[in-house]
Parts: sequence; structure tokens; C-alpha cells
Amino acid sequence: MRIEDVILGILTSGIRLATPYLYAGIGETFGQRSGVLNLGVEGQMLLGAFAAFYVVRMTGNLWLGLLVAILVGGLMGLAMAFVSVTLRAKQGISGIGFFLFGLGLSDLLFQKMLGTVQTVSGFRPVAIPLLSQIPVLGQVFFNQNLLVYGAYLMVPVAAFVLNQTTFGLKVRAVGENPEAADSLGVNVARVRYTTVTLGGMFSGLAGASLSIALLNVFQQNLTSGLGFIAVALVYFGGWRPWGVLAGALLFSMVNALQLWVQVLGLPIPSEFAVMMPYVLTIVALVVAVQRVRPPTALTKPFVREG
Amino acid sequence: MKHRWATLWASPIIDALLPVFATLAALLVVAVMLLVLGANPLVAYAALIDGAFGSVNSLADTLVRATPLLFVGVGICIAFRGGVINIGGEGQFVAGALCATLVGLYFADGHPLLVVPLAMLAGALGGFVWGGIPGLLKAHFNVNEILSTVMMNQIAVQGMNFLLIGPMIDPIQLERASRIPQTARLSSAFDLPRLAPTRLHLGTLIAIIMAVLVYILLWRTTLGYRIRAVGLNREASRYAGINVAQHIALSLALSGALAGLAGAIQVYGVNFRMFTDGSATGFTGSAGFHGIVAALFGQLHPLGTIPAAFFFGGLLVGANKLQRAVQVPGALIVTLNGLVVVFVVSTELWRQQRTRMRAAESLAERDDAHPASPAAEVAST
Repeated sequence: MRIEDVILGILTSGIRLATPYLYAGIGETFGQRSGVLNLGVEGQMLLGAFAAFYVVRMTGNLWLGLLVAILVGGLMGLAMAFVSVTLRAKQGISGIGFFLFGLGLSDLLFQKMLGTVQTVSGFRPVAIPLLSQIPVLGQVFFNQNLLVYGAYLMVPVAAFVLNQTTFGLKVRAVGENPEAADSLGVNVARVRYTTVTLGGMFSGLAGASLSIALLNVFQQNLTSGLGFIAVALVYFGGWRPWGVLAGALLFSMVNALQLWVQVLGLPIPSEFAVMMPYVLTIVALVVAVQRVRPPTALTKPFVREG
Repeated sequence: MKHRWATLWASPIIDALLPVFATLAALLVVAVMLLVLGANPLVAYAALIDGAFGSVNSLADTLVRATPLLFVGVGICIAFRGGVINIGGEGQFVAGALCATLVGLYFADGHPLLVVPLAMLAGALGGFVWGGIPGLLKAHFNVNEILSTVMMNQIAVQGMNFLLIGPMIDPIQLERASRIPQTARLSSAFDLPRLAPTRLHLGTLIAIIMAVLVYILLWRTTLGYRIRAVGLNREASRYAGINVAQHIALSLALSGALAGLAGAIQVYGVNFRMFTDGSATGFTGSAGFHGIVAALFGQLHPLGTIPAAFFFGGLLVGANKLQRAVQVPGALIVTLNGLVVVFVVSTELWRQQRTRMRAAESLAERDDAHPASPAAEVAST
């Protein structure tokens, strides 16, 4: 195999593999910017992945599968919002509860309703006319499936919403200084409900992107820590969509590299290759935390005084 | 004069029972799920209870299953009291089990009374290091420990897979085509003694003793006092001259040490070797996560964690019987545990309100009992 082909392969799969990180990471960015740390992303992704896979397996309708995954994720997000905003529960722990819930339930439903590992024909690559004809770049960037394009489109949209719109301003205000936002008439609870539910919907979408677009299978613990990495990417990206994009690309490239190390049979034990993204996450967290300050009200429930 | 039911309702006993109410609520939700899945919840729960506590053997199995939960849970108590969240029980468990197994394999001909304690120590040390790394990162670089411990879990699993497929594989497996990734069986001289003609082993007793020791550590020693002080208020602790960074790192490391010990006990008391199915759960049985549930249920108190671990160990053992009785996969228990966690933390608001209510009431009563003294009135005029 020529070295050019290998590099091309790594880039193409790297661009693809960033998809779930992007959806989940950007959804989580909104939640965290408004002051809520949702650690249940992994559980939301698993349920979304299962829901999408099951619907597609039964009906063959990809868009219906996607819609159901988003609804399931949104429902989980709404529950997380209720627990952390209305009941003011500790976010780190309640998130782990939602993770276990999603892990168990997706496994349970998988065993009960599917039984064995099956495959579906998911979203297929769609070549963008003209652009996909560009040598090298066309193959890497413009011959992917729709969910991949969607993930990259999300980045500028999310950055715009967060930085240029009234809603974005409210989100940031609520995350930095909920008391001040409240005194200016912003409904803190409503903003947080919105962002956390939205985050859940994106996590469901992220799960679906795995089960009906990238891998086209479902099995127990399909995500294996991917949701947690997505949360870490939000820290790494300094709570900004573009930063999340940089992190997601870095990780997916390392992941793609890792896959190719195994494909090429390089004399590196595959376990060490699989380990790499996780080690990198820890290193990235050390680096990232020194650079940017988290939203001031992150993990702090809001109680109106008086 | 308040009615005595009202007094009872306001009493701290109800607070202590909050996790029980939360668990009942979770059981109720799961009952609805069972109905949706077409299973009779009463039959399911009856099978669950019977499978967990119905016979001497199942009781012994419950205790054996509760043992790692208790170790991990008690460790979780230390971390939470120190103000850090340890999600890395799985990795610390694996790290401890690996270190303990290495000791047993290396000193295969050693005297059990030397080798086994050494192996336990090695296990605790493995967990101490595996928990200490995120601890140091938290203390000195302010790295979110929840995320770093999750990553450490994945790293430990890959390390385990590498070692069990490669350097530590059972020599017998090397000759076979199957190459099952497991170590050789440790010398049977090292097996932890059985406590009864069941699978119950000495490790359960050690776990209970550790729970008591950790209680003493946290509430009866200076070190424990400092850990709790740091957990309650870092700024105030710093002001009081406590080395906050050191105690944060230490509480995660100690938490890890207990999970590591759990791994060592699992090897020497239950499996007598290490094996892997590629995931952490295959070997740990998710003790690292279920231990968190037990600790929360035990109100993050080492002694409260003892009955909690017993209860959740029972659920895990009973799940098999439930699966056979109503054909619902045992993963149901993971779902249930997730709900228990969510519901238990959700009662926190209620607890705070009740504490505030009691404080206000006792203040009011005190004012009733001691009206301002005449002397004070004179002085103020």
C-alpha cells in the first residue's frame, strides 16, 4: 500500500469519525455554557443509537430512525434538566445515573428486541457535485454521508447562535451570572431546560450517527466511552463550537490513525493503539484547563434569593 | 402542641430513609417497564428476592457479590467526603487485580501467609496509583476528575487486555489455538479461606472491617478531619492551613486503593486468576459503578454502605433468577441502579429544605422557652 493512500485513508476516516463527537460535543457545549454539566451524554447516545437502529431495522426508513433518536435523546435531556434545574440535584452524580440508565436500558432492549448483532444499510456517501471531483480533497471532504456534512455545518451555526443571537446571549449570561440574568428578566430555568434538552437531542443524533451512518450496527455498549470523550472535548474546546471542532478532529484523526495501525499490522500492540485517544484526552484536559476558564456557574444550581 | 405524627415526620429518621423511598420509586418505575415488556413485575421481583436471599447458597452468593461493592463503595465515600467524584472504580479495580495477580504468579512457591498479604498490599497500591494520578491532576492542574477517571478506566482495560493476551497469558493457553486471554490459575494454597461450606470467603469479612476502619479514619483521625474539611470548603480549609491539593490527591488515591483491594480480593477469593472478555465489565462485573450506587444509598457513610452493598449485591445475584423467571435480561438491574442514583440525588433538595425547616423550628422553640430576661430589658432601656 502506498503511503499516500494510507494518509488519504486516515484523513477520510478521520473526517467521518469526528461526526459523533461533533454532535454530542456541540450539544453539550450549549448545556455547559448555560451552567449545566450533563454527564449522561453517553447514556443518551446509547439510547439514541439503539432507537435509530431499531426503527431502521424494522421500517427501513432512515429519516424516521433519525427522528426517533432525536426524540429519545431529547426526552433524556428533559429528564436531566428536570433533575438538575428543578430538583437541583448534584449534576456530576445524576449524570452518572443517567449514563447507567441508558447503558442498562439500551442493553436490555437490544437483548430483548434484537437478540443478536445485526446490520442495517445506513446513510450512504453522497458525492457533492463538482467539489467531490477535486483530486484528494474531494475524496476526503466531499464524498461523505449526509450526517457527516450535517455535523460540520452545525459548527458555524452553533457558533453563530451562541455568539450572535439573543438566545445565545441569554445562554451565556445564565451560565456566567444567573443572578444578574434573572434580575434582567431572563428566565434562568427556561434557558437551562432548553439547552439541556437540546443537548440531549444532539446526543441522540450523535448515537444515531454511529448506528445508522458510520458503523451500521448496534451492540451492547456501542459507544464505549465516546460520550465521555465528547464531554471532555467541550473542556478542551474552551466551551466554544470551533474549539470543539478542533478537538473532535484531533481525536478522530488519532482514532483513524489507530485503526490504520491495526489494518497495516504495524508492530504496535493494538491495545496501545486503542488506548491512545484516552491518554490524549487526559493530556488535552491538562493543557486545555490551563488556557480557558469554565463558565462561572457551571454545575451550580440557581436559587432565586428572597 | 404539635401532633406527634408531625414531629415524627419532621424527624431526621425520615431523612435517613430518603434513599429507601428513592429506591422504592425506582423499583416502581422499573415495574412499569416490566409491564411494558410484557412481564409480571410481582413475579419478577419475587424471583429477584428469592434468587438473592432465598437460600443459604444464594445468601452466600449475595455476600460474595456485595464484597467488591462494599470495598469500592467505602472508597467512594472517602472521595466524596473529600469533595471529589471518583468514577474510576473500574480501572482501579483492574489495576489492583493485575498487581495482586502478578505477585501471586511471581511468588508461586512462596508461603501463603507471606504471599497473600503481599498480594493484597500490591492490589491496594495498584489502585492507589491508578486513583492517585487523576488525584494529582485534579490537585495541581485542576483537571476534572470525573473525566480523567473515566479515561483511566479505558486505559486500564486496554492495559489488562494487552497483558492477558500477551505477557501474562496462561502458558497452557499459548499451546492451544483458542488462546483464551487469561492468566494461569494461581496456586490453590493462596485461595482465601472459605467461611462456610459455600462460596463465601474471608474477603467479605475484610471488607466489613475496612468499612469500620474507614469510618474511624474519616471521623476519628486528624487526616480524616482534614479530608472532610477540604470536601466541605476548600477556601476555608486553605485558610486554616490545610494543604488542600495534597488532601484532594490523597482522597482520590485512597479511594482507588480500596477499589484496588477489591480487585485483589476478587482474584484471590473468587476467580483465582485474571481473565478478560475485552471489556472492563467482563472481569469487574461493573463493581466500580455499582459501588457508587451502594455508597450513595448508604448516604456516603462507610457504615451505611455495608447494608447498601448487601442490598445491591442481592439485586445483582437475583437478576439471574429474574431473567429465567420472566425472560427479561439482567441488564434490567443496571437500568434500575441508574434510576436509583438519579432518584437518590434528586432527594437532596428535600433534605436541605427539611434541615432548614428544623433549624427554623428549633430557633422558634428556643425563643418561646427563654423570653428575653428582665435584666436585658432593663439594660436596653
